[in-house]
Amino acid sequence: MEITRRRLLVLLPTAAVAWKYVLAGTPEAAPNYHFTEHWWGMLIDIPKCIGCGSCVRACAEENDVPEGCYRTWIERYHVADWKIERPEVESPDGGKQGFPPHADDGGKNFFVPKLCNHCAESPCTQVCPVGATFVTPDGVVLVDKNYCLGCRYCVQACPYGCRFINPKTNTAEKCSLCYHRITKGLTTACCEVCPTGARQLADLKNPKDPIHEFLKTHTVQVLKPHMATGAKVFYNGMDGSVR
Amino acid sequence: MFKDIEHLIRLAAVIAIALVIFLLLRGAVVPRSFGQYGHYRGAAIGEIASRPVALAGHDVCETCHTDVADQKKLSKHVVVACEACHGALVKHADDPASLQPKKLDTAVVCARCHEANSAKPQGFPQVVTADHSGGIACDACHQPHRPKIEPAKTETGGKK
Repeated sequence: MEITRRRLLVLLPTAAVAWKYVLAGTPEAAPNYHFTEHWWGMLIDIPKCIGCGSCVRACAEENDVPEGCYRTWIERYHVADWKIERPEVESPDGGKQGFPPHADDGGKNFFVPKLCNHCAESPCTQVCPVGATFVTPDGVVLVDKNYCLGCRYCVQACPYGCRFINPKTNTAEKCSLCYHRITKGLTTACCEVCPTGARQLADLKNPKDPIHEFLKTHTVQVLKPHMATGAKVFYNGMDGSVR
Repeated sequence: MFKDIEHLIRLAAVIAIALVIFLLLRGAVVPRSFGQYGHYRGAAIGEIASRPVALAGHDVCETCHTDVADQKKLSKHVVVACEACHGALVKHADDPASLQPKKLDTAVVCARCHEANSAKPQGFPQVVTADHSGGIACDACHQPHRPKIEPAKTETGGKK
């Protein structure tokens, strides 16, 4: 777009008003929510996942995720008997419409739902040059879209590929763990619709949360533990071939 | 001793003025809540938390649709949330007249979960829809909220 004098005169006050809004911010939305009392994570029970894509569709509706971008997605793993080190992974449209029929072709086959791991030591927040992404005091990694420049450092820094640039706003976007829902006492959109209970929201600071009993009695793992990101999405029954 | 001390005073004055301008600009430009909890705009947390919700949640649906909830309680589909199939419907929950949920195509909706795939857990009920129904809508035989075909209620004795 060519910047003419007329356009500039319109743009400048508009930008000034927008910036004033950014400076002031809006008041706290959930007055009864105290974020020092929570520490959020998620449990994913791989043997329960049926790859139906309900989570991907619900996430897209809840968070207005653009077509072709995914805040959560499902991967289908096929690990052939003779090349366990090279699993075949597919995720057609992020698994949004489920997966096509697939006969048993030997080896190991399973679904792995993925999302932001809400790392306690998140690499993505560390690289942001302007402080537009951060870990909240209750352990959720968020993006301040009014402050983000769209420089893409965080997209490259995330070892899990969980971030993308929203083509409409040109700012970084990712799973917010449905922060607008969990602060109102609801569960996330993906956990709400998961028909088999393969995804469960976990509040690690709440002693009554069933996650504690589950973690005691099961062997869980996080993705890429060698990167020491402090990931808080725990996978039960995860095969070693999962990347 | 300092013959040309005036030069140094001028330089100091320029630096002092630049510092004041920098501090004034910084005060005007940095958002008020920046640094409240860390190196970010604290007000952003409230902004993100105040976004509207799109999925009402099955508890809300069941306050009105008690008949459907009762049907589901008799079947394995009791664990399936309403909006898993019907989509996000908080607008309908807030004002039922404003938005009527669309009629679903069961040939598509049911297959997302029940289409046979070797990656699904073995115990999960699944069919190859092309062989099982040949594209006929699933609700021609099954009641989606209570899908098991009870032997006494069908002429064929529950067998195909």
